Amino acid sequence: MAYAATAAHDEHEHHPTGIKRWLFSTNHKDIGTMYIVLSMIAALIGGLMSWYIRLELAQPGLQFVEDLQFYNVMVTAHGFLMVFFVVMPAMIGGFGNWFVPLMIGAPDMAFPRMNNISFWLTAAGLVLLICAGFVSGGMGTGWTTYPPLSSAAFHPTPAVDFGILALHVAGAGSILGAINFIVTIFNMRAPGMTLHRMPLFVWSILVTAFLLLLALPVLAGALTMLLTDRNFGTHFYEVAGGGDPVLWQHLFWFFGHPEVYIIILPAFGIVSQLVSTFSKKPIFGYLGMAYAMIAIGFVGFIVWAHHMYTSGIGVNARAYFTVATLIIAVPTGIKIFSWLATMWGGSIEFKAPMLYAIGFIWLFVLGGVTGVALANAGIDSSFHDTYYVVAHFHYVMAIAAIFAMFGGYYYWIGKMSGRQYSEPLAKVQFWVFFVGVNVLFFPQHFLGLAGMPRRIPDYPDVYAGWNMVSSIGALITMIGTLMFFYIVLSTLRSGSSAAANPWGEGATTLEWSVPSPAPFHTHEEMPVINAGSVHHAPHGQMKPAE
Amino acid sequence: MTAHREKGRARLTATVLFSVVAGMVGLTFASAPLYRLYCQVTGFAGTPNTINVTAPDSVSADVVDVRFDANVNSALPWRFKPVQHQVDVRLGEEVLAFFTAENLSDQPVTGTATFNVTPFKAAPYFNKIECFCFTEQTLEPGQVVEMPVVFYVDPALVEDPDAQEVRKITLSYTFFPAEADPHDDKPDEDADRVVRAKDGAENG
Repeated sequence: MAYAATAAHDEHEHHPTGIKRWLFSTNHKDIGTMYIVLSMIAALIGGLMSWYIRLELAQPGLQFVEDLQFYNVMVTAHGFLMVFFVVMPAMIGGFGNWFVPLMIGAPDMAFPRMNNISFWLTAAGLVLLICAGFVSGGMGTGWTTYPPLSSAAFHPTPAVDFGILALHVAGAGSILGAINFIVTIFNMRAPGMTLHRMPLFVWSILVTAFLLLLALPVLAGALTMLLTDRNFGTHFYEVAGGGDPVLWQHLFWFFGHPEVYIIILPAFGIVSQLVSTFSKKPIFGYLGMAYAMIAIGFVGFIVWAHHMYTSGIGVNARAYFTVATLIIAVPTGIKIFSWLATMWGGSIEFKAPMLYAIGFIWLFVLGGVTGVALANAGIDSSFHDTYYVVAHFHYVMAIAAIFAMFGGYYYWIGKMSGRQYSEPLAKVQFWVFFVGVNVLFFPQHFLGLAGMPRRIPDYPDVYAGWNMVSSIGALITMIGTLMFFYIVLSTLRSGSSAAANPWGEGATTLEWSVPSPAPFHTHEEMPVINAGSVHHAPHGQMKPAE
Repeated sequence: MTAHREKGRARLTATVLFSVVAGMVGLTFASAPLYRLYCQVTGFAGTPNTINVTAPDSVSADVVDVRFDANVNSALPWRFKPVQHQVDVRLGEEVLAFFTAENLSDQPVTGTATFNVTPFKAAPYFNKIECFCFTEQTLEPGQVVEMPVVFYVDPALVEDPDAQEVRKITLSYTFFPAEADPHDDKPDEDADRVVRAKDGAENG
């Protein structure tokens, strides 16, 4: 408690209230909270869309979809929402903002005002994206937005333009956020907090920020070309004018593949913290874990065409992209085995966050195995655009990321709100959600192997059985999700008050050295980190400088 | 003072990072012409060889079956067909083939053709010496023309371990209206609108 704001600077004591506190916020904790709330709202909208999709797919024939374009719009908006407005805001904007400064001993982000504009750009993007779904026919291109389907010939209304602007705006917000994180991590670490002593969550955000920095401008450029093709008569992707729609695929996936690592790397970071905390052991192979993330980030930029095996690329290119993609299994394997080795011999406490961390490992390994299958150009030729791919990426990045988010939420809610969640309720919620997502997505492997195409609202009767099972899984998942929101509300309203460190000796990172809830200003005087005091040794001291 | 220096360092880092972003955006736009150049140079994605093509110097005994495919974008009121559907070509042999195009409308129309070779791996060996597709073509109302293409298939085809088994090559063309407008997919309506707009301009 000695750590409460020391009032060194009077202007820092200024604590705005009401709408000004949020609208003009420059406080990393408040901005992080806003990101998390935004992602929860987007998750509800995106979740409703996915349940609508599963409702339609529960039985063959068309039950609920009257306008087939509307189904396309749902599929598109679900993808965009979940990627850009649920996972990225929650993990990077939310947990990243909250805990990167806390973990490295910085008082705030390097550019607090830029932090504010990052958030509001993301919020504006969300509004634009919802417009894209409902303006004159909607955007039914799939999240990949391939021309010619997304060109003026097939989507003549402004819906796609809204979608493009939504991604532009949200992308600009993310780029600014990424710059902010890199500057903060490079320049504002507390004395003694060397790069090689940073917690793995900070490492994961650092690598993610670099991926954002390199990948999102490519999306922005590609989208601008699509925008001018649609509205100003350019021919970047227009065959009639000598353009090539396959160029879009190259540019999109040069962004899109790093994007899946942008989603999953912060999840790696969170899971590393959870596994270490609840095994009461420092993470096994810390340096290997950090450099594995860098390796994954690097290789992520040179495998993009494995999404394009069926677009007519040559056999040599396919051979290269197959091999390069398979290589990703090496650094991800390092991560998986290091988590297992961290747990090995640890005094494991199966609290809800730990359950989610183990659930994450299960989902990620399963999705990784199907990824190894799909990496092969030959196999992918028949799996391409089937439900096998849908099952693969939902396991490996979508649901896995959600598990890391839930785990991170339970782990940090005491620090963020000062109130602790109900452990029994959270455990029930975990099991409902875990069963739900596996019943939901595992059968989709079988559907994909049997050749069921994705993005189509109807299917032959032969696929009926597993589709029904999958839809029942969606129902269970929905119950698990609603339980989560119930726990969120009941924690905030009537949760027991959280200790500064509710997790005991395993929780060695700096955020546990400040009171719960974390005061408005923290680390105003930089803590000093001694060799071995952070996560290398679980019993290390974490004292702020006197 | 240290705070001041720290701020300067943060600004410097941010400046570097912003220029990385600007550089990536620049590279993205540069990728459009670079991609075209790459396709032309390597024959990637079925782009036949059309730059600085010289006449072949040797003719081999190997024969490939070259087939012709002709398509017209729905916005272009033309009929477009190959005169011959298929020719047997010795590798290195210079061949002249013709396509027929007819303007079905009552106005002069200008078209331009895109082209492609399948299988893609044969494209680097497919050399076009002269082609109607190199320039825009204007047809008067009802005019019928024969459009020539002069090409040869490089004998080096048989030395490429990936492509040596290719014995059937399809040369495909699609004619589009020149200066295509992305909103041009309903030609009649648009033409009407253009005419009406012109009328309006004259009246005004």
